[in-house]
Amino acid sequence: MKVRTKHRLIKDKALLWGVCFFAALTAVPLIAILGEVLLRGYDQLSWSFFTEPTPTAYKAMKAIEAGEPIPGGIANGIIGTMIMLGMAVVVAVPVGILCGAYLAENSKRRFAQTVSYLTDLLQGTPSVIIGIITYIWVVVPMKGYSAIAGSVALCIMMLPLIIRSTEETLKILPASLKEAGLALGGNSARVMLRVQLPAAFGGIFTGVLLAISRVIGETAPLMFTALGCSFIRWSIDKPISAVPLLIWEFFNDPNLQELIWGASLFLLLFVLSLNLLSKYLAKKWNQ
Amino acid sequence: MNDKLYRFLLTAAALAVPIVCGGVVYALVTDAYAAFEHFGFLKFLTSSEWSYTEGAEQYGALPFITGTLMTTALALLFCIPFSLPVALFVGEYFKGTKVASVLATVTDLLAGIPSIIYGLWGFYTLRPLIMALNISPQGSGILTASLVLAIMIIPYAASLSAEFIKMVPNDLKEGAYSLGATRAEVIRRVVFPVAGSGIFSSYILAIGRALGETMTVTMLIGNTNNIPESITSTGNSMASIIANQFGEADGLRLSSLIAIGLVLFLITAIINLIGKVMIKRARIA
Repeated sequence: MKVRTKHRLIKDKALLWGVCFFAALTAVPLIAILGEVLLRGYDQLSWSFFTEPTPTAYKAMKAIEAGEPIPGGIANGIIGTMIMLGMAVVVAVPVGILCGAYLAENSKRRFAQTVSYLTDLLQGTPSVIIGIITYIWVVVPMKGYSAIAGSVALCIMMLPLIIRSTEETLKILPASLKEAGLALGGNSARVMLRVQLPAAFGGIFTGVLLAISRVIGETAPLMFTALGCSFIRWSIDKPISAVPLLIWEFFNDPNLQELIWGASLFLLLFVLSLNLLSKYLAKKWNQ
Repeated sequence: MNDKLYRFLLTAAALAVPIVCGGVVYALVTDAYAAFEHFGFLKFLTSSEWSYTEGAEQYGALPFITGTLMTTALALLFCIPFSLPVALFVGEYFKGTKVASVLATVTDLLAGIPSIIYGLWGFYTLRPLIMALNISPQGSGILTASLVLAIMIIPYAASLSAEFIKMVPNDLKEGAYSLGATRAEVIRRVVFPVAGSGIFSSYILAIGRALGETMTVTMLIGNTNNIPESITSTGNSMASIIANQFGEADGLRLSSLIAIGLVLFLITAIINLIGKVMIKRARIA
């Protein structure tokens, strides 16, 4: 009997330590990835890295032969990302919020339940398929790759994320809030605009931030839509570059490989700080 | 604002989602049709030939379906020993403590890392390691891709499982404790049976993520178009063949790639639907 109890207690301890050990191990890849990108990328970050476009392979080759650091930077990618992201946000945020409001208001309706399922479907769709779709929808009719196509792809990816966060935030607001607004004589439009949406602002805002941080690192949907471009470009109907696209280009071009780590470091820091910021804001606004 | 206009705006916005989804299916089906018509639907899925010599073009999806299934299954296998402890740590052992929220943040950040950076890390760190350990001569392949894929899906499986583990009612656990059960026994006999279906569904959703992951797999799987013979050989997944060849393809090859995209879309849609339905049921129960 005593031996059996001892045995059980040992098993109990073993599980506790096993759980702690394996759970702690999950931090290893995060530290390893952050560490590698930081160590290999930090000395590439300079002012010109952010203000100059990518060098041609020839220029880079010359610089490597001469033993100098590769000239140029990722300004074309940063500007392309900003343009496409900006256009995507302008469309996805209002549509997503309105759709989320619809789902929260009419959750019992058949149509709303269908839309809800389709939102999940869209959210689970692999990003490479969003790329194919945008290619068929936008690139083929426009007869060319463009920033517009890239932003359509990003917009489709952001939409379900914004819908979900809006819907969930509106649903957890106390019903008395809406009822008080209606009792004061506001119609549902006024109550939504003046009471519910402002009260839900924190949740919706963090949802938008998370959606941005999710799509900003997407490469696959941009490969067949924005294509990439080696100089700084402001027009939206021509191929354009983006930071993740540049990383992919550097990865495939032996002459430009040195630039990978600076670009990755920039992207990684940007995405992770957006992530942490939205988590912090969510916590702060929830109190 | 006018109430009618408001309702119209909301409904119009809600219509955007079905329109986009319908458009996705319509565009994929019409553009994949040429490939299915040329090779036959079943033949396309079961043929392992992928050659674009002019005049004798032959495309089949089997190598890529196999590649996707192999990487996904292996990734799931590698992810469980880490995601389950994380879920227990956050949801049971250290529920609500500071350490738990630190670990939850770590897994959140893992989920935030862009897939192309996972790919770079796999290529420049893990691949040399696998070559050094003599597991495979070229370093890249199914195994390498699955290992990184496993890290990528840990957060999805862990955070949702933790949520279900947290929801296990305290009185059930206390009942078991009062009968003299140790914590390990409570976890095995109470927590897992109660939260089991929820935990299971979180792994189904993690599978859904792994199936469609593109850049990481493209960078690590080795990109060869035949059926992988073992887990250390190279191959291609459905997503990676599209990422690799879509840009240069036209005609029948483009249509075949879109057909592979349609198959991938259908598989992920079904997996995600099963997962969501199971989650809904687990939440109600």
